[in-house]
Amino acid sequence: MSKSGLMIGDRMPGARLRATDGNDYELEAEGAAATVIYWTCNHCPYALAWQDRLHQVARDYLERGVRVLAVNSNSDETHPADSFDAMRERVDREGGWPTPYLRDESQQVAGAFGALTTPDVFIFDGQPELRYRGAPDGDYDDPALNADWLRAALDAIIEGRDPEPAETQPVGCGIKWR
Amino acid sequence: MDNRRDHRADQGRTGQRGLVTDAGRTEAGVTLYWWQGCPSWQRALTMVREEMDRQGLDHESLEVIEIKDEADAVRYAFPGSPTILIGGEDIQPPGPGQPTGLTCRVYRRPDGRVSPLPDPEDLREAFVKTYG
Repeated sequence: MSKSGLMIGDRMPGARLRATDGNDYELEAEGAAATVIYWTCNHCPYALAWQDRLHQVARDYLERGVRVLAVNSNSDETHPADSFDAMRERVDREGGWPTPYLRDESQQVAGAFGALTTPDVFIFDGQPELRYRGAPDGDYDDPALNADWLRAALDAIIEGRDPEPAETQPVGCGIKWR
Repeated sequence: MDNRRDHRADQGRTGQRGLVTDAGRTEAGVTLYWWQGCPSWQRALTMVREEMDRQGLDHESLEVIEIKDEADAVRYAFPGSPTILIGGEDIQPPGPGQPTGLTCRVYRRPDGRVSPLPDPEDLREAFVKTYG
């Protein structure tokens, strides 16, 4: 795993990003029991394969005070399918998402986090400090795993325990840098 | 009829089915193209080898070709990793106008899911269609 970017225990970088719903969102929000920020995109089969599992986590943990944000930082110069317009069209086509779908046009947020792949999941506690980073679960091709690494980490954070493991290897397509 | 191809196929048989030429190279066998940016290629290779075993095909009929750069992608009209050709045909032919390049292949599963890997049944059917 890359040693650049955030390490476990690091504070969440501040940033404000525009979402497909037209609103701007701060990454940090007061009062969240935990915040999940994951990188995704429109074209990568790994991101697409895990997408339903990630959406379901957002729905299942909403009442427990967990905030989930999806971020797309891919260059739309090399990958037009990841343009902001294409993101909006996708969310509309899919009948809306349970999470804001944020555009990191400058790629500065991906750089600050050290995001590597789509997907790449970062979970922060209420401080907000990084407590888990990696893949949602152990197999992009097995929906039955149900993002169990992500869920276990969230359960631990909400219950005041340390996620175990705190890091797994993110798996997916590399972020498409300019 | 392509007599030359049939002749080579007969010459190349090694006790198992598979089209291996005199030089030991695949003529119309199985080819897996991969790019290191997509980790599913190794599982795809395992799937192909296991299916070749089921079909009784010699692994010498399998070519594994790494797409190293954009020039390779253009040369092979590479629609993404992994791409699997059986008897020269893509097991899930890309649609017309699909761009080529260094990218990860999206496979549509019969149940509507998207995966970086082809459906095992689709792969099996492709083998049976060519070699069955």
